[in-house]
Amino acid sequence: MSDSMSPTATATAGGLADPAARRRLMSGVQPEPGSSKPNPILKVDHIVRQFGGMTAVDVEHLEVQRGIITALIGPNGAGKTTFFNLITGFDRPTSAGQGAHWSFDGANLDRTSASRVAKSGMVRTFQLTKALSRMTVMDNMMLGAQDQAGENLAKCLFKPFWGAQEKQVEAKALELLERFKLLDKRTDYAGSLSGGQRKLLEMARALMSDPKMIMLDEPMAGVNPALTQSLLGHIQSLRDEGMTVLFVEHDMHVVRHISDWVVVMAEGRLVAEGPADTVMSNQAVIDAYLGAHHDTDLGDDALLSDAAFEQIEKEVAQEDAEREEEEQS
Amino acid sequence: MIARGTAIIGLLMLVAPLFLLLSGGPADAVTLCLPKKDETACIAGTMGSRADPKEGVDVILTKPDGSTETQTTEKDGKFAFTVTEPGDYLVGVDPDTLAKGDELRPPSEERLRGPDGTIKVDGVELGKSYGPVLTVRAADFDDSTSKWDEFVQSAVSGVRLGLLLALASVGLSLIYGTTGLSNFAHAEQVTLGGMVGYGMINVAGLPLLVGGLLVVLICGFSGWFQDRVLWQPLRRRGLGLTQLMIVTIGLSLAMQYSFQFFAGADTKRVIVAQATVRHFGPVIITDRSLAAMAISAVVLGLVGFALLRTRIGRATRAVSDNPALAQASGIDTDKVIRLVWTVAMALAGLSGLLYALVVNGIKWDTGLQILLLLFAAVTLGGLGTAFGALLGSLVIGLVVELSPLVIPGDFKYAAALLILILLLLVRPQGLLGRAQRVG
Amino acid sequence: MDDIQQILQSMMREAVSPTTAAVALAVIGLNIHFGYTGLLNIGQSAFMLFGAYGFAIMVDQGHSMWLGVVVGLLLAFVFALVLGVPTLKLRGDYLAIVTISAAEIVRYVGRSVGYEWLFNLTGGAQGIPGSHYRGPFADLSFFPSGDTTLLAFNYHDVAGGSTLVRLVGWLIVIGLIWLTVRIGRGRMGLAGAARTATIAALVVVTALVIFFLVPVGAQNTGVNGWWFTFVAWLLVAAGLVVVLGLTRSPWGRALRGVREDEDAMRSLGKNVFAIKMQALVIGGLFGAAGGMMYVLPTAVQPDALGRNMTFFCYTSLLLGGAATIWGPVLGSLIFWVGRVAIIGISNTYLSSSDYIDVMNGQQTSQFAFIVIGVALMLLVIFRPQGILGDKRELRFNV
Repeated sequence: MSDSMSPTATATAGGLADPAARRRLMSGVQPEPGSSKPNPILKVDHIVRQFGGMTAVDVEHLEVQRGIITALIGPNGAGKTTFFNLITGFDRPTSAGQGAHWSFDGANLDRTSASRVAKSGMVRTFQLTKALSRMTVMDNMMLGAQDQAGENLAKCLFKPFWGAQEKQVEAKALELLERFKLLDKRTDYAGSLSGGQRKLLEMARALMSDPKMIMLDEPMAGVNPALTQSLLGHIQSLRDEGMTVLFVEHDMHVVRHISDWVVVMAEGRLVAEGPADTVMSNQAVIDAYLGAHHDTDLGDDALLSDAAFEQIEKEVAQEDAEREEEEQS
Repeated sequence: MIARGTAIIGLLMLVAPLFLLLSGGPADAVTLCLPKKDETACIAGTMGSRADPKEGVDVILTKPDGSTETQTTEKDGKFAFTVTEPGDYLVGVDPDTLAKGDELRPPSEERLRGPDGTIKVDGVELGKSYGPVLTVRAADFDDSTSKWDEFVQSAVSGVRLGLLLALASVGLSLIYGTTGLSNFAHAEQVTLGGMVGYGMINVAGLPLLVGGLLVVLICGFSGWFQDRVLWQPLRRRGLGLTQLMIVTIGLSLAMQYSFQFFAGADTKRVIVAQATVRHFGPVIITDRSLAAMAISAVVLGLVGFALLRTRIGRATRAVSDNPALAQASGIDTDKVIRLVWTVAMALAGLSGLLYALVVNGIKWDTGLQILLLLFAAVTLGGLGTAFGALLGSLVIGLVVELSPLVIPGDFKYAAALLILILLLLVRPQGLLGRAQRVG
Repeated sequence: MDDIQQILQSMMREAVSPTTAAVALAVIGLNIHFGYTGLLNIGQSAFMLFGAYGFAIMVDQGHSMWLGVVVGLLLAFVFALVLGVPTLKLRGDYLAIVTISAAEIVRYVGRSVGYEWLFNLTGGAQGIPGSHYRGPFADLSFFPSGDTTLLAFNYHDVAGGSTLVRLVGWLIVIGLIWLTVRIGRGRMGLAGAARTATIAALVVVTALVIFFLVPVGAQNTGVNGWWFTFVAWLLVAAGLVVVLGLTRSPWGRALRGVREDEDAMRSLGKNVFAIKMQALVIGGLFGAAGGMMYVLPTAVQPDALGRNMTFFCYTSLLLGGAATIWGPVLGSLIFWVGRVAIIGISNTYLSSSDYIDVMNGQQTSQFAFIVIGVALMLLVIFRPQGILGDKRELRFNV
């Protein structure tokens, strides 16, 4: 198991822009849930979250490889967003203090808070965008920068202390806004942007702090197809520059299109890991997504045949029998 | 006859404050009193004794119609009230103005003991002088009341206060639960009940039961009206919770000063007849207090039963728990909320009436005092749960009445609030609330 | 016309009064709490009370005035910490309940007679008379003794103070205000520094004209004299400068971010708790300063700085416009002057045998408060951004 955690190892200076290089990198990894990666940037252990009597998340071990795009998928209710919240510090695992363990870029974060996670280089976006609506786009961006001397109460009244840094931050913000095509909106209130523009803003804002890893919670949710392509492009270019990306997504086409590695969750647990093309045909994954019909085109009238109905009846009867058996045992 | 008497009393009440203005204000220098035949009578005396007069004590005279007059004793400890109406009076003392360690000793003759530590001066006739003896002694004077006795007596008072608070706080909690609104005007609704009760029973002379029923109906209507005219339209407008809360603050201000505008600044007591005092072991309690506690308990029981067993009650709890989900399940949340407002205000009105009857009476700013106790009770029990409000109210009532046993009496409200703050540190969801991320 | 002039006179006195300035200071603090950071602090009166008690008790016990100021501010600082540490991690509602409860506890402790040593310090419900602590402050005055009238050259000097002169004067005032508003809204083609300078000049001219029409005469020193007024408004000006600096800085930006969405701020690595605590402290210090200034010309009475004072502060803040620099000052002015105006008008027209007589002398001030309560409701419902606020920025829904 090669798990050198040193941040300077491997060819991430410049990023893994070459798909062949990425495939080579991941070819040696076992397609098993919780497998170890050649150069993980994030390792989590024993993350459990219970609500009352229900276990929402129970992940024993997960490693996220540096410099590639990893997708976290699973059916509704699998616990993806909860898990996301747990590792980014927005929720506290029930197992906190009892073996829950984070390791990010060589640093242990056993008691995380959301802001400390962000400061250590792992930033996230939100499924329902949290653009600060009643502030301007520019203000949103300026807030993204970390370690601002001007945010210190003692120094903020004296401009010489923070004037130069503010200019630098502003320049960077303008650069990012330009990249994400939001430059002419910079004095508008963020609340006046469209949903897709707000997603771009959140992403741009997250990049202000030069994070090492960016975690996107359903980045394509509520975004029109045209913008999806643009977002995909941005995510890929981030990876090409050396950023590690982890995202939660439902849209299989997106996942298949850009992810280098896929982690599948169901009912709070990891059920499969692997490259995008093979993980989809994993039986465990298929079962998790409810059976053989995921490939079926439900608009196909040929399904309305008697033979098809009989088949369905048989399957239903079989499932009922299985459930009764389980209940009695 | 009754009407003329009432009119005279009413006129006197309107005119009396002016006389006070002329004489330089209430609680001012004490002028000696000389009774005039068929015109005035005197109720005068000395606080403490000639050898040890008590200065700076507020002596409160309660007149037959329920209004009060206050005088502060000077160096000689004397007080002298000139009265113009024959009848039964009560003389009491504001305990907050007694020196630390002193208390008013109840008269040894039982027939002279008025409710809540006052002394009766019955059968006052014009042209005569009356001198109630107000004995002040050190509080730790052991006079056949042991610490245990005091504790039990205070505990009973605490339960009484708790029950009255519970009537009001259940509504407050349900309003919070169903609409998310922290209603800062809720205590003014309690005051409203007391004021309307005073108006019905003392001014208009209605019998207690009829007056009480009218109070409940009027206050309930005020709740219905508020939701119909103000809260529902504002909710529909999409006003945020903070904005709504500030609206309630404005309403509370307007109501407080309206009370003062129409009813004056003095305390109103709803006086019916002289109450019979009963003894249960170490506990001394009036019939009226017992009745008030019983009424509160019964009404609270009914409310609890309705919430648990009736359909509309369950719907209310559902809306209080999760309004969006309740609405999605087909419950008409608007109807439930309207009902909650109506019932909550009716309960608050009842609470105010009982408060005016058995506690120290109602003033225009009683709400200021009660509001925080209500919030404390509701938060203590768990915001949004009706049963939590009941539990919280009892706890707050007990803390308020029991704390004078260990700390000076004027800290009793502060003690209750301190308990609230401490509890929020440890268990922000309250005693019965569900632990959820509150931050 | 004389009646009106009298009402205007009392309004003007209230406008320049040091207590109005003191409340403006407290409202500036509240603006930092609620306007900029979204903290629902309903206990600002307690900060004022701490400042007042700290200052008054220190001076009353014989210490220097400056030590009194330091102690007053220190008490407010500690109070902010004590309040904030447990509650800033909780939801907004809880901060409201805790701050209002804490303020009441402070008031009860202040007016208590239970403990003799405490009573000796605080004076209980009667409080501490102003004469006990006013001396050193009044002695600092460098104004020459005597009376001054602002403006010395006023309407009496023009055409013998005829009504026509005054009418014309008021029309000019209205015109100036209209002009200022138009320029402020950017409808007159001016922008940036030119706009600010023009507005400033217009405001000064308007003030001069108003003083011309309604001259205020008072002693130079002494209670409610010009010295008190001067220092009070100087403090307000200093406070505004500080707030300007704070809000234009990245720290101010962080405040507004916290008001918007705490989780988003956390995801950007900001220490939200520290930011809220800092805001609570700064706003509290302003409150304490306001409290000290409030009691200097009056007396320290715990009931005067109770919950209703906090409500008045909120009304002033919302009236002027939350999250603006000038909002607190404008709001305080309009609130207190307006209150005096309502009392004056109802005394003259609703309480006298000359016109209608529906209320007596006491009832007019109660009536004023009823109007204020209703006005607050209407304000929040129909114009939550107040006069100067930005509507887009202030659709607040915590």
